[in-house]
Amino acid sequence: MAVLNEEQTMLRDAAREWTQENAPTTALRKLRDGKTKATFDAPTWAEMGQMGWAGVIVPEEHGGSAFGYLSLGLVLEETGRTLAASPLISTALTGASALMLGGSDAQKAEWLPKIAAGEIVATLAVDEGSHHAPEKIAFAAQKNGGGWVLNGTKTFVLDGEAADLLIVAARTSGKGTDGLTLFLVDGDAPGVTRTHLSLADSRGAAKIAFESVEVGADAVLGEVDKGWAVLEPTLDRARAGLAAEMLGTATQAFEVTLEYLKTRTQFGQVIGAFQALQHRAAKMFTDLETARSCVEAALEAIDAGQDVRATASLTKARVNEILHLASIEMVQMHGGIGMTDEHDAGLYMKRARVAEALFGGTTYHRDRYARIMGF
Amino acid sequence: MADFGGTDLEAFRAETRAWLAENYPASLNTPMGEDDAPWGGRQFAWKNPDAKLWLDRMAAKGWTAPMWPKEYGGGGLSKEENKVLEQELRNIRARPALMSFGLWMLGPVLLEYATEEQKQKFIPPIIRGEIRWCQGYSEPGAGSDLAALQTKCEDKGDHFLINGQKVWTSYADQADWIFCLVRTDTTKKHEGISFVLFDMTTPGVEARPIKLISGSSPFCETFFDNVKVPKDQMVGKLNGGWEIAKRLLQYERQNISASGFGGGGGLDLVEVAKKEIGVDEQGRLDDGDLRARIAAHRMDAHAFMLTVRRAEVESKASKGPSAAVSIIKYAAAKMNQDRYELMVEAMGLQGLGWEGEGFAKDELAVTRGWLRSKGNSIEGGTSEVNLNVVAKRVLGLLDHQ
Repeated sequence: MAVLNEEQTMLRDAAREWTQENAPTTALRKLRDGKTKATFDAPTWAEMGQMGWAGVIVPEEHGGSAFGYLSLGLVLEETGRTLAASPLISTALTGASALMLGGSDAQKAEWLPKIAAGEIVATLAVDEGSHHAPEKIAFAAQKNGGGWVLNGTKTFVLDGEAADLLIVAARTSGKGTDGLTLFLVDGDAPGVTRTHLSLADSRGAAKIAFESVEVGADAVLGEVDKGWAVLEPTLDRARAGLAAEMLGTATQAFEVTLEYLKTRTQFGQVIGAFQALQHRAAKMFTDLETARSCVEAALEAIDAGQDVRATASLTKARVNEILHLASIEMVQMHGGIGMTDEHDAGLYMKRARVAEALFGGTTYHRDRYARIMGF
Repeated sequence: MADFGGTDLEAFRAETRAWLAENYPASLNTPMGEDDAPWGGRQFAWKNPDAKLWLDRMAAKGWTAPMWPKEYGGGGLSKEENKVLEQELRNIRARPALMSFGLWMLGPVLLEYATEEQKQKFIPPIIRGEIRWCQGYSEPGAGSDLAALQTKCEDKGDHFLINGQKVWTSYADQADWIFCLVRTDTTKKHEGISFVLFDMTTPGVEARPIKLISGSSPFCETFFDNVKVPKDQMVGKLNGGWEIAKRLLQYERQNISASGFGGGGGLDLVEVAKKEIGVDEQGRLDDGDLRARIAAHRMDAHAFMLTVRRAEVESKASKGPSAAVSIIKYAAAKMNQDRYELMVEAMGLQGLGWEGEGFAKDELAVTRGWLRSKGNSIEGGTSEVNLNVVAKRVLGLLDHQ
């Protein structure tokens, strides 16, 4: 655990207590088994907003607390422990980051206070296929008088149905990472059609079709054709923050499993006395510790204003791997009970796979890391 | 404690820099090969007299042991000053003045457990590199289960009499003295062990090198046949050696891990792979599978480095070891072995040369290093024993009954 200051310790402790009390896994089950297609529970989100969690990275002049990314990571780690469904990743982390990195004064003044207060949901619409591939964006935006017209489809957009503000990455020229532009689009703008995608983790996402959606010149976030300069660091912040949430999920999966190893008996002893299981547990602990080092280093580097491309990819890949492992071992070490819907192991494994794929899977980040390192 | 605020530290940095500029021998401005390692001791043959000069100058300032007390010849530096010294040494790529089990392992436990007389007698020669030490721990029947050791030590009134055998004694054939675990009570396991020091030239001591798969012989079998040891050379209490032994092992694991297990013959894995395999038109290594595995390994190494740094910061803040410390030896061994396996694979047959023509010196070093690295998960506590320690002490899992 990073060396925390007093404010951070208080924030973490409050987040731990609140999530365990108010957003345990039973809340996720309720969301899953409910009639709505909501990706989060609105009253829970409203309370998070009141506690200031939506504005942790937002500057004070825009109504946030400016505690920084390491602090937001502490909150995310706690919500990750209990699988608390909320728009923290889409709105408080990704949406806020994009606006802070690329927004004009007017855009910041309009949107950041609403994000910080938890009044709106914002999300980044970037992916167009089953794999995260921002370098291959084809979604078209064309000049239309003074403004722009958007055509195309975005998919697996986090909290896409609930979003009031869509931050859409579009191609305005060129190829690859050249010629991309980010647009701020009202979630209810004429021509926007949203479809619920039900994913295994019970939170879901949306496919969003844009048919001749018209926006003004003031909808451009950052510079025309130079959207990558905002998009890439936004994605790296999203990756590092999501990794903090996933670290919490992995830690909880590990701790629950460890507790089971200490209590479940077979052959007349607790199964945790068997060396085969002890070594697997100790290796998992090793990976958890090194993953934690990466998460904290990435968040601290963002707060320090450093280039985080390599560290963000390192972190997402490492956390993908440990969460993958911890979720498999949670099922395996629990035996038959781990296969039942009644037990939480399945919830952790399903959440793990969805989170692994979001903002880049392990192979994506391994490849990106190698490229950044020059091979 | 003195105030080591910015100004004092900056003054210390300036003085240190000036002293190094004046005193670091120019002839040492080349990378240090394995055969240049400055082990010191009575029988050491200095290949380069400047390396000896460098040791003497550093030892005179106590900077071979910068943070040990001045009264025993140490440098008496604070943590902050030591960090500055380390930075300045790194800046000029200085070779170590002295490599020594005395500095890394024995000295710290002497400072903690020895009598004042013992400290006065043994610590200054360690700092000056005059006595080279070896470690008498493992025995043929007591490796991972170290406390099963049998080397017998009997109280003969005015002296101790030692009989038995040690194994994997690193550099025993070149060492001057040994720090040795012996059995002083056969009725108890852990509570029957004592910690003694003696001269390797004492009659009855014999060290025979063991040749390894890498072709070299850093280790010995060491035999004790009626070895007489003065009674004032026992450190700590009779039958109280296990506590000292464990503490010393902590220092050993820390040192093994901190070294990251050395380099890979000075070759860079990525550069080697690019050279031997080539790159595609986008500049990527032209073997997708190997590239992915090298990237995964590089990420392991990066994550490990961040973990070592985190453990340091956390230990400093909490004044105690961080949980991350317990996994470092295991992770470091695995990482080094992975690097050598990838290196050998990337180099193809060029990375499997044994000796002679057709192979560069650093290529031959890769072959030897690869074989040597297999010992990383055995020495200083096997990976299995380290995983046991984590399982039991950190995770609180019980013993099998």
